[in-house]
Amino acid sequence: METRVFTCIRCPMGCELTASISEHGVITVKGNACIRGEQYAKKELINPLRVLTTTVRVIGGIQALVPVRTRGEIPKEKIMDGIRQLKQIQVKAPIQIGEVVVENLVDSGVAVIATKTVRKRE
Amino acid sequence: MNYDIVIIGGGPAGLAAALGARESGKASILIIERERELGGILNQCIHTGFGLTTFNEELTGPEYTQRFIEEVEGKNITVMLQTMVIEITKEKQITAMNIERGCFLIEAKAIVLAMGCRERPRGALNIPGYRPAGIYSAGTAQQYVNVEGRMPGKEVVILGSGDIGLIMARRLTLEGAKVKLVAEILPYSSGLKRNIVQCLDDYQIPLRLSHTVVAIDGKDRVKGVTIAKVDERLQPIKGTEEYISCDTLLLSVGLIPENELSAMLSVTFNPSTGGAIVYENLETSVAGVFACGNVLHVHDLVDNVSAEARFAGKYAAEYLNRTMEEELAVIPLYAGEGIRYTVPNQLRISRLEEQTIVRFRVNKPCSNAYLCIYFNDIRVDRKSKRNITPGEMGQIIINKKDISKYPKINQITITMEDK
Repeated sequence: METRVFTCIRCPMGCELTASISEHGVITVKGNACIRGEQYAKKELINPLRVLTTTVRVIGGIQALVPVRTRGEIPKEKIMDGIRQLKQIQVKAPIQIGEVVVENLVDSGVAVIATKTVRKRE
Repeated sequence: MNYDIVIIGGGPAGLAAALGARESGKASILIIERERELGGILNQCIHTGFGLTTFNEELTGPEYTQRFIEEVEGKNITVMLQTMVIEITKEKQITAMNIERGCFLIEAKAIVLAMGCRERPRGALNIPGYRPAGIYSAGTAQQYVNVEGRMPGKEVVILGSGDIGLIMARRLTLEGAKVKLVAEILPYSSGLKRNIVQCLDDYQIPLRLSHTVVAIDGKDRVKGVTIAKVDERLQPIKGTEEYISCDTLLLSVGLIPENELSAMLSVTFNPSTGGAIVYENLETSVAGVFACGNVLHVHDLVDNVSAEARFAGKYAAEYLNRTMEEELAVIPLYAGEGIRYTVPNQLRISRLEEQTIVRFRVNKPCSNAYLCIYFNDIRVDRKSKRNITPGEMGQIIINKKDISKYPKINQITITMEDK
C-alpha cells in the first residue's frame, strides 16, 4: 500500500489529505472536508492536473496582451509545453471573452480561451 | 453635479457596492474610477481562484470582474473613468478631476469608500543598500508581466510569502525567469496554502521561513541579495547570512488600505487594519459615509470583498431614507485573545439585522482551537476550529435574538482559545 499526503488546492481552506492506494488499485482519501478534496487527491495520485493561465500577444488591440486560460485542466507535466505553444501565437483584435484562442493545446484535448475582451485599436 | 450615492473606486468593492445600492432602491448612483477601465486590481490577476463562493466556479480575475461589470451595465449606474477624486468634505462634497471636465464638484447624499489598498514599499522595510534598478513590489511586476508584457528580470528572489508574491513566483517561472527562492520573515507563510502548493511546490521553488533579506547588492542594477535566518524576535542571526545572486528582488510584504481620502473626512481609524472603524452597517464614524473591501481591511478572497461591499451599498441606499441622526445605544465589539481585529467594531442594537457577519483575523496560526463569542463575561457561543492562520480571514455570525436575551450587554468580545 502506498500512502501520500497532499494539500488540497480546490478551495482556500487547504485541507491536508492522506491518500492511500491498495495493491488492487483502490484509493482511499482521508482529511478532506468535502467531495472536491477526495476528487483532487485521487487525480493527484494518478495524474496531477492543473488549469494553465497566461497571456497571448494581440495585434491591433487597445492592449498588448490578452489573458487566457485552458478551458479545463491539463496534465501538470504539459504546462511548460503549453506555455511554449502559446508564446508562439498572436491573435488579432477584437477578441471576445470566452473566445477560443487555441483548439487543442499540446494535444491535451483542452481548448484555450480568452478571459478578457480586447477591443480593436481605433 | 448631484448624486444620491457616490462610490469611490470601480474595483470589485465599488462594483458590488453599486449593485447592492441598486437592489435597495432607485437612488442615482455614480462610480468614480481613476483607471481606464473598471475592475481594479483583478484586471492584472489573470490566475484562477476567484468566484468559488460567489459563482461556484473558479474564474480568473478578469472573468470575475466581467460578470460584475455586465450586471452594472443596464442598471442605470453612471460610471466615470479616468477620474481622480482629490478631496472629500464632511458635507459630502467631492472634488474630482478628469481630462474632459477639469476640476469639478459632485454633491453626494451618501458616499461609499471603495478605494482598495496598495503595496508596502521597500522604504517601509529598512533594507540597507543603494537604490538599484530591479526592485519591484510584486503587484508592480504583475502589472508589467500580465498587462504590459515586459519581464522585470531573469533571476528573481522574492521577499515575503503573501499571495501576490507566491502567484508571481509561478508566473515569472512560466515566463522563463529563474525564481531562486521566497524568503518569509515569519515562521509561517501569510499566503494561502493552496498557493504554496500550486505556485511554489509545483515548480520546486524553495520557501525559506524565518528568513529575511538583510542587504541588497548592486548600484545600477541588483546583483544579488544577502538573506539571513531570524530569531524569535525577527532579528537576523549573525553567521547565518547567505548571498544569493539575482537581478531582481520582488517585495510581497503586505498591503495598506488606501485611506488618504477617508483621512480628509476625519473618519476614525482602526490601527490594527489601517481602515476605518465601522458600525454594523459598515458606516464609518462620519454619518452617511460607508467603507468596504480592501480600503476597510485587506481581504484575501475577492468573494468576501464582493459580499461585504454589497452590504455597504445596500446600507448606503437605506441611509438615504434616514431622516435624522439620533443617539443610539452602541455595543463595542472587541478583538479578544487570539484575534487581531474584527470588522465591524461597533453594533447599534436598534439597527441590527437578524444576523450580523463579523469578519476577523487571528493573530497567530491556530490548530484545534475554539472560536468564542462573549457578551460581557458570559460565553454565548463556542465553535471548534480545525486550522486557521493569520493569512485566512475568518467569519462568525452574531444573532440579534441572542443579544436580545441579554439586556445588559455593554461589550461583545470574540476570542480564539486553545483547546
